[in-house]
Amino acid sequence: MSLNPSKIRGDFPIFQRKINNNPLIYFDNAATTQKPIQVIDSIKNFYEKYNANVHRAVYSLSQEATELYEDSREKIAKFINAEPSEIIFTRGTTEAINLIAYSWGLDNLKQNDEILLTEMEHHSNLIPWEIISKRTEAITKYVKINENSTINLKDFENKLSTKTKIVSISHVSNVTGVINDIKNISKITHENNSLILIDGAQSVPHMKVDVKELDIDFLAFSAHKMLGPTGIGALYCKKKNFETMGPFQGGGEMIKNVNFNSKIQKPEIQWNSPPWKFEAGTPNIAGSIGFMEAVKYLDSIGIEKVSSYEKDLTKYALNRIKECKKTIVYGPLDTSIKCGIISFNVQGLSSHDVALFADTFGIMIRSGYHCAQPLHQVIKLQSSARASFYIYNTIEEIDRFVEVLKEIEQF
Amino acid sequence: MPILEDYILRIEKTCGEEISTIVTFKYGKKAEVIKKILENAKLNKSLAGLIYELSFQGKTFRLYSSGKAIFKGIKEKDTIKKILKDLIL
Repeated sequence: MSLNPSKIRGDFPIFQRKINNNPLIYFDNAATTQKPIQVIDSIKNFYEKYNANVHRAVYSLSQEATELYEDSREKIAKFINAEPSEIIFTRGTTEAINLIAYSWGLDNLKQNDEILLTEMEHHSNLIPWEIISKRTEAITKYVKINENSTINLKDFENKLSTKTKIVSISHVSNVTGVINDIKNISKITHENNSLILIDGAQSVPHMKVDVKELDIDFLAFSAHKMLGPTGIGALYCKKKNFETMGPFQGGGEMIKNVNFNSKIQKPEIQWNSPPWKFEAGTPNIAGSIGFMEAVKYLDSIGIEKVSSYEKDLTKYALNRIKECKKTIVYGPLDTSIKCGIISFNVQGLSSHDVALFADTFGIMIRSGYHCAQPLHQVIKLQSSARASFYIYNTIEEIDRFVEVLKEIEQF
Repeated sequence: MPILEDYILRIEKTCGEEISTIVTFKYGKKAEVIKKILENAKLNKSLAGLIYELSFQGKTFRLYSSGKAIFKGIKEKDTIKKILKDLIL
């Protein structure tokens, strides 16, 4: 193992508590992650020492808050190898995708244009496009997945056409953990003169994501899935694409000038420059600082080490789960194309039974559709249980989890 | 006079194609509720005092020692409330 999980666990106060008289085993990291004390303290510190609104005032406190807010943008940009001006703060991945769907989509899509998605998408990368397709009369198309839950590249190439204006696809499936070959998909997409948006909710926290190397147009991700606070996320937008995007929401900060023209009795509005053009109203300042601290924490470990540790954990878990004769795992078993997400069912039991039983042992796993109902329908599942790992999880926790799985199999 | 709301924290439909509803009992009432349910419902099977499959009024459900119960095939809250009233109150 390439990192020291017991040292890391010491930074997470939540692991001091017990659930149903058992030590907490948190295996729902694909939904949200726990927060290290450094992130918690950074938010507390902001409210105790720096709290003021950003960008709006000449006084010292506001300027300090602004500096911290813009430092966060810089740190997050660097993490994905982007320019700070290419980072828009959002409430999370969902809002980031909605921002593109509305700002870019409403201005650029017309009747019979095509939006290419896949069968494996989370609802947050599906519903915004369905809404926009109704508004613009553009058509959504869905790329099929293979039997092992990877993208069917042939179907992708078949469905990509001159009508395809944007491809919007998850980097890593939140159900099967499949890692899509974004570099290749992006190359094919750009050769077709289409844009590409990547849902990075399950990839940015777990692996090196370099927007320049992948050559993508947009990347959406959330802080809370990478040790940061909830209610803050980021959208990377390649600079040249800003020109094609109208504002997302209106309000303060996103305008440069609102000059009331008395002749026409209307204001003449000049938008602020990107990224601020897309950040209407007072932003989540404390959240952005917590986000920066989370990125610093991951940087201090090294994202390659995070990735490699999770792969080791996943490999170990998949091997041990083989001992559970009634447990069926979905998606690929090859960790070279899979992140630390394992969806499964125990024969004869619903996913909720498994999750409730695990809960009695203090093990937190997810059950249901995981906001990916179409994928469950494609792989003919009523629902699934899901265990997903992060840097603070251990081999010992996996051992405990497998023992509990063996026990529920007896029921 | 106790009412059902004294014992129940939440009743919610599960996520997934199967129709199920999960009842979460209030933490402080967990032991009392489990005891009453086990006294009044028919035990079909159990595992290590952690999970019980029970029947009552022709409905089968599972009760967990963590203070939760899952009712399969029932999505109407009122039906579940009636069963729980007869079991607990």
